[in-house]
Amino acid sequence: MFYFPAMAESDVLRAPHVIEYTYTRSTGPVIGAFLTGLRDGKILGATTPAGRVVVPPTEYDPITSEEVGELVEVGQSGVVRTWSWAAHPLKDQPLDRPFAWALVLLDGADTAMLHVVDAAGPEAMSSGMRVTARWRPAGERIGHMKDIECFVAEGAS
Amino acid sequence: MSEPVTMLETPIKIEYEFTAGLAQSRYLKGISEGKFLGQRCPKCTKVYVPPRGSCPTDGVPTTDEVELGNTGIVTTYCVVNVPFQGQSIEIPYICAQILLDGANIAFMGLIQEVPTAEIRMGMRVEAVWVDKKDLGPTMASVKYFRPSGEPDAAYETFSEYL
Amino acid sequence: MAAASGGRRPVAVVSFAQSDMVRREELRNDVEVLQPVIVDVFEKVGLTKDEMGFVCSGSCDYLVGAPFSFVSALDAVGAWPPMRESHVEMDGAFALYEAWTQLQEDDIDTALVFSFGRSSMSELGRVLTLQLDPYYVAPLWPDPVALAALQARALIDSGRYTEADFAAVAARSRRDALNNPHAQVKGEQTAEELMGDDYVVAPLRRHALPPITDGATAIILAAGDRAAELCERPAWITGMDHRIETHSLGARDLTTSPTTRRAGEAAGVVEVGDGSGAPVGVGVDVAELHAPFAHQELILRDALGLGEAVAVNPSGGALAANGVMVAGLVRIGEAASRIMDGTAQSALAHATSGPCLQQNLVCALAAEPAGDGRR
Repeated sequence: MFYFPAMAESDVLRAPHVIEYTYTRSTGPVIGAFLTGLRDGKILGATTPAGRVVVPPTEYDPITSEEVGELVEVGQSGVVRTWSWAAHPLKDQPLDRPFAWALVLLDGADTAMLHVVDAAGPEAMSSGMRVTARWRPAGERIGHMKDIECFVAEGAS
Repeated sequence: MSEPVTMLETPIKIEYEFTAGLAQSRYLKGISEGKFLGQRCPKCTKVYVPPRGSCPTDGVPTTDEVELGNTGIVTTYCVVNVPFQGQSIEIPYICAQILLDGANIAFMGLIQEVPTAEIRMGMRVEAVWVDKKDLGPTMASVKYFRPSGEPDAAYETFSEYL
Repeated sequence: MAAASGGRRPVAVVSFAQSDMVRREELRNDVEVLQPVIVDVFEKVGLTKDEMGFVCSGSCDYLVGAPFSFVSALDAVGAWPPMRESHVEMDGAFALYEAWTQLQEDDIDTALVFSFGRSSMSELGRVLTLQLDPYYVAPLWPDPVALAALQARALIDSGRYTEADFAAVAARSRRDALNNPHAQVKGEQTAEELMGDDYVVAPLRRHALPPITDGATAIILAAGDRAAELCERPAWITGMDHRIETHSLGARDLTTSPTTRRAGEAAGVVEVGDGSGAPVGVGVDVAELHAPFAHQELILRDALGLGEAVAVNPSGGALAANGVMVAGLVRIGEAASRIMDGTAQSALAHATSGPCLQQNLVCALAAEPAGDGRR
């Protein structure tokens, strides 16, 4: 038996390790309808028993857990509830140039949706500003949140 | 209008820089020199290989390093006949739990150079290493285990490790 | 639902240990980081792992990218022969909640709770994205700073706080951390100096973000008379509760933390007495709040009704060291330590999980057991 000598930092082994996997998730009827809508250039919300419209829709009211009713189309424009400025976009984020994250309350909706706003700079952003969806070309849409490329200030398009 | 969307593909990719820690680094350094290094618990004196720096029985650091032999005992085994994605070994092959001489825990290893019908519990085996120039801090340095030609070990000598 | 006392068996924190919280554990794996902490937490009360009635841990396999890493981490405790054991893929504070409920059974008197995490090995922002809604949110890959910044902006827009208030929280945390030998980020900068930091994701500047931290921590709980035998001044848990908010970020009011308030009420440290509906903290000398981002401390203070007299995060809090899966349990340990060392009669610890304070746990601690006080 012997006590082994202390190891220097350089003696500890390191190796790159990558975990990569594609999950294929079944959507169910509500999320599936929303994603189908995105592919077809529409934004759908779910109506709760209290008459609120949840966007993006869940199978349940996010507050009361009650089952939602029919899906309705909401506006493609809305109001920025809050925003943050990503000066250094990270891997896989919707835009590769500086942009704003935003919670957007679409016209006709009662809950806000997370997406991004393409703006020249933080000075072009404000809470309460109106924005409108900019879509990917129809042929590139697959039923995915990124079918909406981003939002832009209303009238700017 | 095309078919409704019923599935969503969400690819994820996360990159890590894995650091092995002290015990595993020492073990892999040993492997790169063609030897198995275990660590002994100061309390129960059991020797663990590969070591993780701690005794799983007593929960104390395993501070003593022990060089183990190149030979050991097949405590139990299975014969793999099922092909799977990414398989690099020709089926059928033998996957065994091997108790190295001097160790108190068995680890998993590939057995080659023996017909699948002849593998048995208690068989004595030895490690076959890659050429010296190809040794590295990776388990790929151990090509496989094969029968050492020694008489089988008695069941009582390894029954504790099943 | 948990009530503040209501005939429960009294349970106390009797021992607490933590590793130094560091930016990167260069040499040690999870077991090696955890081992000395486990040894320490046992030595403080002269116990061994064989005397533990229950063991519960909190960790996240995604941090190191190794499935079932929590199983191998048990080697640091010594899991053979088999023990009564459980694990949560959450902060250790939630593991402590499970242990506390287990201790309500009369057949065990002690429990070990521990948690560990090495965030430095991974792309932490991406790992934390994996906890988000996989259909609507994660596919956009928002990082935790981006989401916290949405919350910070909403708080500024509410008119209640400013960026300078965030900097003041960071300055106080770093100053307090000078007295915490385990803390990672500490210093004497003023809020004005910190306001010179660049934005990471505006309106959050560098100082409003938590550090990336590697570390481990452990706590021993004991019930009834056993607690009093083991520890001169046990930190009695007088109430504990945790609540979660909807997964839909856009359906929440991010400027408030109703789940923290309700957990505080259930734990017996918040009252909503007068007609205004404003929460009022009761019987709290010290509060350790798990606020990874500076503005979140302000939201939590308001939710818990903590006045100026309450010492908030004397350890430096999560801005001084934010071990993912660890920092919440450390808050309970730090709050309990103030009672065990005699500097406080009562304390509150808070732990959070998820984006923008989605899930919140409140643990009330006191120098005397609560209510009927059966010991």
